[in-house]
Amino acid sequence: MNETRVYTVSEVTQNIRFILEDTFSDVWVEGEVSNFKMYSSGHMYFSLKDDKSLMNCVLFKGNSRNLAFTIEDGMAVLCFGKVSVYDKRGQYQLYVNAVEPRGRGALQLAFEQLKDKLRKEGLFEESAKKTLPFLPIKVGVVTSANGAAIRDILKVARRRNANTDIMIYPVRVQGEEAKYEIVSAIENFNEFNERVIDENKKECPVDVIIVSRGGGSLEDLWPFNEEIVARAIYASKIPVVSAVGHEVDYTISDFTADLRAPTPSAAAELVFPSKEDLERAIDGYKAKLISFTGIQLKAFEKEIERLNSRYVLRDPINVLMQKEQEIDDFEKNQSAQINHVVELKEASFRAMTGKLNALSPLSVLERGYSIAYKDKHIAISVKSFEKGEMLRTKFIDGMVSSKVEKIEVRRT
Amino acid sequence: MKDISFEKAMENLEQIVGKLETGNLPLETLLKQYEDGIKLVRICREKLNEAKGKIEKIVKNENGTFEKESFNEEKDK
Repeated sequence: MNETRVYTVSEVTQNIRFILEDTFSDVWVEGEVSNFKMYSSGHMYFSLKDDKSLMNCVLFKGNSRNLAFTIEDGMAVLCFGKVSVYDKRGQYQLYVNAVEPRGRGALQLAFEQLKDKLRKEGLFEESAKKTLPFLPIKVGVVTSANGAAIRDILKVARRRNANTDIMIYPVRVQGEEAKYEIVSAIENFNEFNERVIDENKKECPVDVIIVSRGGGSLEDLWPFNEEIVARAIYASKIPVVSAVGHEVDYTISDFTADLRAPTPSAAAELVFPSKEDLERAIDGYKAKLISFTGIQLKAFEKEIERLNSRYVLRDPINVLMQKEQEIDDFEKNQSAQINHVVELKEASFRAMTGKLNALSPLSVLERGYSIAYKDKHIAISVKSFEKGEMLRTKFIDGMVSSKVEKIEVRRT
Repeated sequence: MKDISFEKAMENLEQIVGKLETGNLPLETLLKQYEDGIKLVRICREKLNEAKGKIEKIVKNENGTFEKESFNEEKDK
């Protein structure tokens, strides 16, 4: 008689599990993701399918932590893991250790996903971008203290404007810790500014921040593609210029920054205005001030000359020089008398201009003309008067008051 | 007037130069504009030289205070 071996469910299931695990302990499986679900536990469940079959997969939290990109339905992926059985349901499934997107690199995909997400949130909007200060007094730099980026930035900065203060917040710019250090550096610069303003310190706040590192591989530049870094840049109250890698390298930080510079050197060109250029512009304005004012004074002089045939301002440029000297003296004097000096200076100027204005009519009177007044105003027309009204006439040496007897309007 | 920014001072200066160039100002206005212009030139020059070109390293300590030290480019190379 054949003795029939009776198995318990658990025994069969266990045996199947052993067989499966023996055969499929380290397998790569490719397929399309569907039914993707992430639980609050952090575990992820999904199916892999092709045109004929479907397989359940589980990716536990411990293994999903290193996933750079987000798994989505419809995505073609390559999963590595072992096939085993979930005893309670008698279901076989793929226990996934690692996932890679098919066709493109995991980092590239992660980059595109984050870029898409932040764009939808509006973090790249032009309207959110802050304007860079025209002439920063202090520039903050977040980068490695001994990298190529800080060397390049300092070189260009010193060449363009040796006056601007520079504050370097040294951070690691690659590796796991880099993102945290970059975020806290940006936050700390903002906090530094708040304290400077709150505590009313003599210290100047940071006017603009350059976040930078030199060239490197996509992995090297990765901290600048991290979501927390991109968000810290966006949240900064101080304008941020992002300058990561070379011209061809774009990072998420570039998109959330107020300005992207293609290289660290270029960032310095954009942030530090050339002192020489600004000096030249100021000199240009000053030259124009002098020449335009001179031209106008000459016109006044001509007018007076015409009326008076006498020079009042022999040399208008000289008057301007004198005036500048006065301002010089005034600025040297920082004492409490400043206001007094200003008043005196203004009074002397008013006297001078008053004299100029008064000169022309007076000189006309000298030549035998007189001025008619009705009340206190100069009378231009005979129509200002009516018979019996008072008319006052100004001569070079005094006034005459007379009564109007007759008015004749000239016919034109 | 001393509290205005460099940018604003340059803007004002440009405006004054524009007014003077157009001409036809009364004498008193002309001289006042000229005087303001020269003052702005001075303010711009001062602002340009306001900072002293300090290069510092800053870090935040454990206890939350900021610590600064001068940055030595040679040393850090």
